[in-house]
Amino acid sequence: MQTKRMTFSSRWLPYALLAPQVLITLVFFVWPASQALWQSMLREDPFGLRSTFVWFRNFERLFADPHYLDAMKTTAIFSVATTFLAMAVSLLFAVMVNRMLRSRDWYTTLLVWPYAVAPAIAGVLWWFMFNTSVGIVPYMLQGFGYDWNHRLDGTDAMILVVIAAAWKQISYNFLFFLAGLQSIPQSLIEAASIDGAGRIKRFWTIVFPLLSPTTFFLMVVNVVYAMFDTFGVIHATTEGGPARATNILVYKVFRDGFVGGNLGSSAAQSVILMAIVIVLTVIQFRWIERRVNY
Amino acid sequence: MVQNDRFGTFLAHLILILGVGIVVFPVYVAVIASTHAPGTFLQGVMPLLPGSHAIENYSEVIFQGRSTAGAPPIGLMLWNSFVMAMMIAVGKIAISLLSAFAIVYFRFRFRIFFFWIIFITLMLPVEVRIVPTFEVVANLNLLNTYAGLTIPLIASATATFLFRQFFMTVPEEMLEAARVDGAGPMKFFRDILLPLSVTNIAAMFVIMFIYGWNQYLWPLLITSDEGYYTVVMGIQRMVTGADSEPLWHLVMATVVLAALPPILVILFMQRLFVKGLTETEK
Repeated sequence: MQTKRMTFSSRWLPYALLAPQVLITLVFFVWPASQALWQSMLREDPFGLRSTFVWFRNFERLFADPHYLDAMKTTAIFSVATTFLAMAVSLLFAVMVNRMLRSRDWYTTLLVWPYAVAPAIAGVLWWFMFNTSVGIVPYMLQGFGYDWNHRLDGTDAMILVVIAAAWKQISYNFLFFLAGLQSIPQSLIEAASIDGAGRIKRFWTIVFPLLSPTTFFLMVVNVVYAMFDTFGVIHATTEGGPARATNILVYKVFRDGFVGGNLGSSAAQSVILMAIVIVLTVIQFRWIERRVNY
Repeated sequence: MVQNDRFGTFLAHLILILGVGIVVFPVYVAVIASTHAPGTFLQGVMPLLPGSHAIENYSEVIFQGRSTAGAPPIGLMLWNSFVMAMMIAVGKIAISLLSAFAIVYFRFRFRIFFFWIIFITLMLPVEVRIVPTFEVVANLNLLNTYAGLTIPLIASATATFLFRQFFMTVPEEMLEAARVDGAGPMKFFRDILLPLSVTNIAAMFVIMFIYGWNQYLWPLLITSDEGYYTVVMGIQRMVTGADSEPLWHLVMATVVLAALPPILVILFMQRLFVKGLTETEK
């Protein structure tokens, strides 16, 4: 990692400048993370008086626990569905907006603001839209003969949280897709057009492949978002229910740690989540390095 | 030249208008719901045109809250959210500027090591280490304080990376000229580097303000005293606080008030926001 060619020299100043950030990181990030690692190998007795070192027993128990495996499956379904929905819709919007000249900025303004809405608020907004007694969507669905009830039906509840989580993420994806589309050389598209390729063919054979770095980057970001930032969506609406149908991993860590009081298991779950974040971050940075090279 | 088909453009507009309509609709419904009298929601599906109780509903949530369900007045929560968002945004920018300056303009022992320590924060979101972080904050006696709400969230690798990236593009001649004129490091930082970074600082501010305002899980854990509730976490209490059906007109008034400030920030500073977003993530 490089510095400037010419630098200041001081024995203590750089350390003083770094001190606030490093201190906060050590106290609130590194120390709790190592605590989580340590706690994940302890088991407390039912009264919380004594704890014994149990090596990887907590992890073994987790992977033998059907509830945990279910939560993993739920998380996988939830993140894949959210990522796909958020990306597909915003790619469609970006492609359409990219054709416009005068109205481009207007559409962009109308599409960016959901980024500012907190996940919990997005959850409540859609929770209200889908409310079984006053909501508009169930009312309309009834017209089609579908009886919507996210309080009893797990699939309905999952659809609700996926829509709420994806809605908020559309603006982010849209901005990146639009930037990606604008960096594709117009000459390539014109060449294909001269060769007689229609709009749809041009999109799938030229635009979409050239957009793949953006798509890949957004995929990682969206999966991270769906797995870790959607706590508010779940907590403010379904609370993991009905019958754990929307019990995703971050929500389970919170439940088991704060409501259930099972610290060893909660810490073990934290450690697994950290491992997942680290893998995703490494993938993301690998990709950045690759893109810088060409 | 790519052919210009009228029909295709028309279709694109149609799709976009429909799409924007669907994206905006939930917020429209929330605004409408917040203007109706409580009785409206007992009569079945909610109306789509504004009612006449806007002023009553909003003044009720802002000044009175719902004391029966344990929800304090929103006015206070809005203020807490504002303080939290400002402290996080300003704090993050300040410490990141300093550490980026140290990393770019000095050579010292363990530089790479410090860089990695900062980098680690990217990998450990609050959600994955809640219990131990909560214990640290509790041991430091920071529960129910503004310090507890903000300091643990202030360390930020993204802001440090952005400023580092930007400092690397500042021409070498700036530093040489400053040194010829006898300026020390802090004078150079204050009089040259800071003025050059104004746009980046503003862009970062927009992103971090929104980040701070929208915090949910952290204030939920750290505050048990109503005086420190923030508005985003307060909503949850209104939705699930009582056993009965939520008082939708008040819940939606709260939702509108909680979502409005960050939305306004984005709309008024759209260009800075897009810059901040696309440049930090690269």
